[in-house]
Amino acid sequence: MVQRKIRVLIGKPGLDGHDRGAKTVASVLRDSGMEVIYTGLHQTPEMIAEAAAQEDVDVVGLSILSGAHMQLFPRVREELAARGMGDVLLVGGGIIPADDMAQLESQGFTKLFGPGTNTEEIAKWIREEMERRGDSGGDL
Amino acid sequence: MNPTTSVKHTDSQAIWEAAMQKARVREANFTTISGEELQPLYTPDDVADLDFERDLGYPGQFPYTRGVHPTMYRGRLWTMRQFAGFGTAAQTNERFKFLLDHGQTGLSVAFDFPTLMGYDSDHAYSLGEVGQVGVAISSLEDMSTLFDGIPMGEVSTSMTINGPAPIMLGFYIAAAEKQGVDPKTLRGTIQNDILKEYQAQHAWLVAPEPALRMITDMMVYCSEHVPQWNTISISGYHIREAGSTAAQELAFTLANGMEYVRRGVAAGLDVDQFAPRLSFFFDSHLDFFEEISKFRAARRIWARKMRDEFGAKDPRSWMLRFHTQTAGVSLTAQQPENNIVRTAFEALAAVLGGTQSLHTNSMDETLALPTEKSVKIALRTQQIIAEETEVAHVVDPLAGSYFVEAQTNRLEADAAKYFEEIENAGGVVPAIESGFFQSEIHRSAVRYQRAIEKGTKHVVGVNCYTEENAGPLEIELHRIDKGVESEQHARLAALRARRDDAAVKRELDAIHAACRSGANLLERFIAAAHVECTLGEIAQVLRDEFGQFREPKIL
Repeated sequence: MVQRKIRVLIGKPGLDGHDRGAKTVASVLRDSGMEVIYTGLHQTPEMIAEAAAQEDVDVVGLSILSGAHMQLFPRVREELAARGMGDVLLVGGGIIPADDMAQLESQGFTKLFGPGTNTEEIAKWIREEMERRGDSGGDL
Repeated sequence: MNPTTSVKHTDSQAIWEAAMQKARVREANFTTISGEELQPLYTPDDVADLDFERDLGYPGQFPYTRGVHPTMYRGRLWTMRQFAGFGTAAQTNERFKFLLDHGQTGLSVAFDFPTLMGYDSDHAYSLGEVGQVGVAISSLEDMSTLFDGIPMGEVSTSMTINGPAPIMLGFYIAAAEKQGVDPKTLRGTIQNDILKEYQAQHAWLVAPEPALRMITDMMVYCSEHVPQWNTISISGYHIREAGSTAAQELAFTLANGMEYVRRGVAAGLDVDQFAPRLSFFFDSHLDFFEEISKFRAARRIWARKMRDEFGAKDPRSWMLRFHTQTAGVSLTAQQPENNIVRTAFEALAAVLGGTQSLHTNSMDETLALPTEKSVKIALRTQQIIAEETEVAHVVDPLAGSYFVEAQTNRLEADAAKYFEEIENAGGVVPAIESGFFQSEIHRSAVRYQRAIEKGTKHVVGVNCYTEENAGPLEIELHRIDKGVESEQHARLAALRARRDDAAVKRELDAIHAACRSGANLLERFIAAAHVECTLGEIAQVLRDEFGQFREPKIL
């Protein structure tokens, strides 16, 4: 039995154009053996959730450096839930103050990664979390 | 790293080489921050071809390697210009007055993302972003509030905006006219460098060709009506921050600069009519000597290109004048107070490289917008360099260093290779459309991240000298008031209710017509500002007329 690769959507919600982090993480996750889809810039929460549903991903990673994280992260969560993807593993990163990170994590963002995070650790964390959930995509 | 490649001149050289070969060296990665191999020592052999008159010369003279002014900082210090903007126009106006009161000598406006993308504060896309990373400016009323009590004819202003830059300059000129200021006296710079937006920063309004047409409209209009205004600040900063190497920053920026010159000439301007008003904007990163060399190489390349390839006759067209900002990407969230030290080294490199103006980042910028306290420390950093280190007394003090001259030559040669590649790709715009720049920058960013994670490059507090719980605990964060968004909504609603709708429609129609006829658009934007058309309304006309840009997806 072949295990399906973990499928990840990396999304850039909002108007912020800082995509260095999003693209670097996307490359690292892909190099570590995951299927990675990058949405490109300037996406609305609806567009991201729609892409996540269409691509049937296991993980959605959001990158926000514009300060709009408290509005945009919950909106993406709602839009995913509306498409029956409420249990997708949702992670994120960007310029996010520690208090906000704690608040967002308590709202169901399982993990937020701040500046200076080792990207290999992000890949490792996702893999372990998917294994822990026992639903790393199932069998092909 | 092989010290034996050069011709042996003396016994002392042979003795040194033998010592080097026997010696143990640290297990370090002896490369620049851009990954370029460095020799352990530079000697006259490394600059054997350097010709003083041809390659260096005197400051204020071709090829300007040593600086654009004969006296450099003896005549006048660089302009200390801190980029600022957040919340509403009234809040930023207060910060501007604070900075002017503390000795800042020019203003620099940071706009929020909706403004940078050409959306009004009350547009659906603006949700959560109003006033966050800069000030929200949706109308002439906002612009007038921003400069309330600040004499626009006396202060020099820099505005960092690109896609909607022609509209924003229209607001600025209209606000000055309302203050009773003659546009001919306005001094300042608008970034307006759309090419690097597609390459790195990503705040565009329309596709490259119509965007370039608006830029030439601005160059044409300003050369007559706003003659002291710098119509483009050709920016490597964002290219570097997006992950490029020093050589890529240098090469892509100058390639963009040459593209603007070609466009101006193609629009029928004489090169000397607009080239003196082009200015540049570079990053100053942590690799001290590579950065200084980059600034020196930039001046020499530009002077040679402008005189020898574009046939400019006015020496002011040959001079590369530039603003510098210290590297935001070099700041760490871990042990954030260390960022003060990083910024100081970067600022010193900019000064030794001969910058005309400088922004020093604040220590807390990896966490949020800076507080007044951290901004003041950043400004004081520049003042300490200027007043206490005595480095500003001597022009281009590192000239003649074998190392710095060799690096300057190396960067010039690297840039030449990139110019050739861009030309082979069909020029700057086709290379943007095919994703050439974007993929070069992305590859460099990933390579650098890998180097940090492998530990071949060190970042204090991140992969060495780390501390548990060394987070931002001691720093108080600057938070944007949640009321900003609703306040902006109310202001816009009131504006839409009170203005003359017929005049608004007339001016928006005139913009539609000018898009098609080729008439000067800046002139139209100024007229539209006066009747209170909003940024978003004008931008929408441009999107409708010109179509939007679809980015090539590069990973």
